[in-house]
Amino acid sequence: MRTTTDSRRVLLETRDLTINFGGHVAVNKVSCAFERGTLTSIVGPNGAGKTTYFNLISGQLRATGGSVILAGEDITHLSVPARADKGLRRAFQLTNLFPGLSVLENVRLAVAARHRVGYNFWQRASRRRDITERAMYYLERVRLAHRADVPAAALPHGDQRKLEVGLLLALEPKVFMFDEPTAGMSLDDATVILELIAEIKQQKDKVILLVEHKMDIVRTLSDRIIVLHNGELLEDGEPETVIASTVVQEAYLGAAPAAP
Amino acid sequence: MLRALLSDDLPRSRLLAAILLAILIGLAGGPFLFEGSVAFRTMSMICIFIIVVASYDMLIGYTAVVSFAHMMFFGLGAYSMAILLRELGPTWPAAAAGLLVGQALSLLLALLLGLLSLRVRAIFFALVTLAVAYSFLQLLTQFYHFTGGEDGVRVRTPAELGPAFRLAESPWQGFNLFGFIGKVLSGEPVDEAWEQSFFTVRLTGRLLMYYLLFGSSLLLFLLMLRMMNSPFGRILQAIRENEFRVEALGYRTVLYRTASVVFAACFTAFAGALFALSTRYVNPETTVSFDLMVFVLLMTVIGGMGTLYGAVIGASLFLIAENYLQDLLRLLSGWAEGLPLLAALFHPSHWLLWFGLLFVASVYFFPQGVVGQLRLWAARRHRRRAAGAYRQAMDGSN
Repeated sequence: MRTTTDSRRVLLETRDLTINFGGHVAVNKVSCAFERGTLTSIVGPNGAGKTTYFNLISGQLRATGGSVILAGEDITHLSVPARADKGLRRAFQLTNLFPGLSVLENVRLAVAARHRVGYNFWQRASRRRDITERAMYYLERVRLAHRADVPAAALPHGDQRKLEVGLLLALEPKVFMFDEPTAGMSLDDATVILELIAEIKQQKDKVILLVEHKMDIVRTLSDRIIVLHNGELLEDGEPETVIASTVVQEAYLGAAPAAP
Repeated sequence: MLRALLSDDLPRSRLLAAILLAILIGLAGGPFLFEGSVAFRTMSMICIFIIVVASYDMLIGYTAVVSFAHMMFFGLGAYSMAILLRELGPTWPAAAAGLLVGQALSLLLALLLGLLSLRVRAIFFALVTLAVAYSFLQLLTQFYHFTGGEDGVRVRTPAELGPAFRLAESPWQGFNLFGFIGKVLSGEPVDEAWEQSFFTVRLTGRLLMYYLLFGSSLLLFLLMLRMMNSPFGRILQAIRENEFRVEALGYRTVLYRTASVVFAACFTAFAGALFALSTRYVNPETTVSFDLMVFVLLMTVIGGMGTLYGAVIGASLFLIAENYLQDLLRLLSGWAEGLPLLAALFHPSHWLLWFGLLFVASVYFFPQGVVGQLRLWAARRHRRRAAGAYRQAMDGSN
């Protein structure tokens, strides 16, 4: 068992990460280290445990075994907000916004989360120009600045997904987690999202995790692919190798993989 | 200046602005515009319940935390004031002590309640508040040596707030607005009606008490408006919209929800202390009963949840209806004397029936409350006008 990791290159790591839902092991001893400046796609058939693995890393679920390590620090027992505070952020698969608040207010909340102004009872929120400007900057990046005053619920689906990514950007995380960011989006909207993800990759110090079904997206964006099957790490490597692998082909076709 | 006072949260509807202004003027000039003890009591109650309902709206409308213990904190404030004035004598320091003890107890109890039970599901918190409020009511009646039980406590206020105190010897003139309008409408000559409508207002401690209420109500309302439009208030609204997401953004929602419970408790306890000073008598029925809790809930819903202005409208409408519906019915049953069924229906003793019907109708026709509905209309008219201007511009260019 490794006890030290090079925290300069490796930002995030899971060691034997396991969750047991009353007998059903949804994620089973998954160990994986993610280096800065890389995008890793997590693929696998439905029910393989991809979203559960995500939830374990971001803290929505607590592991029953193993650990999650961020920048050398064990964060397995930290709550969702505490992990978020340390720079681990995710966009959600099902759109998860503040439907009754304006598009701008949605992003302002994310910006404010970084400025720690939550316990300010006195200042008028409308007078925090710095926060508003920052929020508008991110809205422009996701091409939604022209809809700033509309309630989030009134946006079409594709725009809601873009807003979701806008919130994530506004939080300036160290680890970006995208759970099917382009699901149900038009080609144009999906392109905006994929360009943004590529931009994030340019900032060499981030780790990006992506759960995605569309293999063309996975192929073009990923530096590395890991394959989960029945909660276990089946394959791990460069995109071309993994996609070509017979084990993966079999898993995707539904056949039971050969015992290792 | 106005924007700063209202914290950039303007009424956003001309009709709403007009109604709010009318209420503000009515309450500010109150004792000089409306004659009689019923009017005086109604206005005092409106001032107090604006604070109670607005603070309840912070909780239920802005944070979406359902509490049934709101009136318990009101009672805590009222009883602290009453008991300390009884024990320490009717002096200003005793009143200050009463206020502070009420605030401290409310803060502690709300903190405990929030931290212990807000961690879990919302419905659990609602049930816990119900149980705690019920226990509080039982304690009040059980420890009757201390609390007076069902009989309550007579409050001895500082002399300056009593009817015997004179601010000035010579009385002022008031002008009975509705009396004047009524007389003119019933066909009396205007100049006679004008002369008859003046009445004398004696400048007693009661008047001082009323303006203490009015001033506190106005200040606390503006303070709450500011808090709900601060970064803190925005997070409360976000919690209402999607608590899970707020947590994912990195905010500790338990603390924010607890803070909301604590603020609501302290504001309503303040109102309770003022209530004790103003009515000079507290008992369980007038401070912590569940009937009252339901009334406050109704006022919040009728006014419009999540808009503090709704508290002003809800409290005013409700209390005016409660105090004047019987008079209106007396008038109607007088007109309907010949018709057997109608006369019976309009009998003043059936006022609660009409009261209930009025509120069913108001919730049915204004599902977002009065304020929500007025804003909706204003927004619709705004859109129609914008569309009209656009069409005109297009026609012009063709």
